[in-house]
Amino acid sequence: MTAAAAELTTPIPAADRAPARSRGGFSVGRTLKYAVLLAFLLVVLIPVYVLVVTSFKGPGDASPARAWNLPTTWTLDNWTAAWTALSPALWRTVQMVVPAAIISSFLGSMNGFVLSRWRFRGADLVFTLILFGMFIPYQAVMIPLLQLMLGMGVPSGVPSLILLHVIYGIPITTLIFRNYYQTIPNELIEASRVDGAGMLRTYASVVLPISVPSFVVVLIWQFTSAWNDFLFAVFFSSSQNGPVTLALNNLANGALLTNYGQSMAGALLASFPTLLVYVLLGKYFIGGLMSGSVKG
Amino acid sequence: MPRNLRRWGPPLLLISPSLILVAVFVYGLLGVNAKTAMTDVHTAAQTTGRAPSSFVGLENFGDLLTSPDFQHSLRNLVLYTVVFLAGTMLFGFLWAWLLDRPVRFEGLFRSIYLFPMAVSFVASGVVWRWLLNSNQGESASGLNRLFQMVGLDFLQNNWWNSVNWGIAAIAIPAVWQLSGYVMALFLAGFRGIPHELREAARMDGASEWKLYRHVLFPQLSPVALSAVIIVGHMSLKAFDLIMSISKPANYQTKVPAIDMYVFKSSFDYASSAAVGVILLVVVAVLIVPYLVHLNRTEKHR
Repeated sequence: MTAAAAELTTPIPAADRAPARSRGGFSVGRTLKYAVLLAFLLVVLIPVYVLVVTSFKGPGDASPARAWNLPTTWTLDNWTAAWTALSPALWRTVQMVVPAAIISSFLGSMNGFVLSRWRFRGADLVFTLILFGMFIPYQAVMIPLLQLMLGMGVPSGVPSLILLHVIYGIPITTLIFRNYYQTIPNELIEASRVDGAGMLRTYASVVLPISVPSFVVVLIWQFTSAWNDFLFAVFFSSSQNGPVTLALNNLANGALLTNYGQSMAGALLASFPTLLVYVLLGKYFIGGLMSGSVKG
Repeated sequence: MPRNLRRWGPPLLLISPSLILVAVFVYGLLGVNAKTAMTDVHTAAQTTGRAPSSFVGLENFGDLLTSPDFQHSLRNLVLYTVVFLAGTMLFGFLWAWLLDRPVRFEGLFRSIYLFPMAVSFVASGVVWRWLLNSNQGESASGLNRLFQMVGLDFLQNNWWNSVNWGIAAIAIPAVWQLSGYVMALFLAGFRGIPHELREAARMDGASEWKLYRHVLFPQLSPVALSAVIIVGHMSLKAFDLIMSISKPANYQTKVPAIDMYVFKSSFDYASSAAVGVILLVVVAVLIVPYLVHLNRTEKHR
């Protein structure tokens, strides 16, 4: 693991373990600090408690007075109903995010390499112009985008969404890879050049092999943002061919009276994949957050 | 010339797919959108070209900016941004400050504070819609019921159903989701400050407050700027949460991004595009100086 890789996967350094006043024992200040931290922890977890508890409640627990209580009878009915309602959309979402994440990662890697290590005149300007694409409100392109996609005959649903997530993912993936490639030693590239390797050879045999940590970060980032997207889903798909965010919104807001048990089981189902990634690969997830915000 | 081509050709070729896509789908479409915003395409027949349309200049912008309806959206956007920014900066900084010194279970606290970031706004909207239920008294559920249970009845309110302040209630879930992110930024900032700096200040007999005031805060200001830019620009695009908690047709919680969607649904493409242009201008005013500033600081390194 290179130094650069280490930097990418431990974006938040450890606290200074300065052997300062470790008096041990009891101190008012420290106890207060833990109390405050714990209080915030509980507040942050309130919505989680509500989601989990409500998703297992049967219709007998419908009275508002019992809103915060545990279920009188635990039932899986909401979960089976939510699964029936959402499983086709979940499957479509998988078909959408996997190719979208992979393609936009490769594009970002190629751009990042060229813009940091195999530069041409005006590379910085090009990078800034690409980066601006990260900040535009998509509302400012949506109308002509609808017309363009219609004109190109891209089918609504999964194909449209793959294309859009790839295109509008380019700025962020380029940024992350460029920041990462700026940290690899120039000697590596130079040595390859001296050996007479061209750009593509250098990229394929020197740069790509050491890009794995960065690829993990970018793949996770793209996976999460495409999975959670709702805006493009609303404009470029329908309930018959749309992803899980759209299906969930229809489930929760479709009926006149919201069935909260079902909606909350659905919300948990829809969030499960991204939460799993967060739990298992948390440090890479944070790496993406950090490199997406602070320049190398 | 051929030599130049051999030098510059390959890198340009490698990034040409992305360049073409960004040129067309970002800059090209921004241009077409601005053009659409200056036409009188307000009906379905005109969007398909069955009825004629003509160029009307800045008329749509004038109509929008003078309509009380859209002014309400803009006011909502400002209010939402203020609550969203103030909340995330406050909690983000506070948590980072609490976790900066060695704390047992730091990883646990950090992971829990940050986890909402991994959840979609639509999914969190489901639970927040329940929490922010406007019923009070006997029929109260959600947070209003919780307030009753802990004896804080006076805190009960009608949340997002308030016409003038409803949008601030929608900002609460946004704060819940993004505070952990701002915490992570500040934490990285705190720990990027060289240990020697703190020690030196302490040696000089600086009080804890002076240490923060003159040493740590100045070091943290670039991080704070990043956080403001990121959260602020997310706030301007607010859409998902409002769609899932209230309804797009709800007057009290509408913002420009929602208006844009509503106009589009009724085939009023010109007004829809004009709202997009207005949002773009607001973002550009914020972002372009920031990008220029980043470019400069990079050059200096």
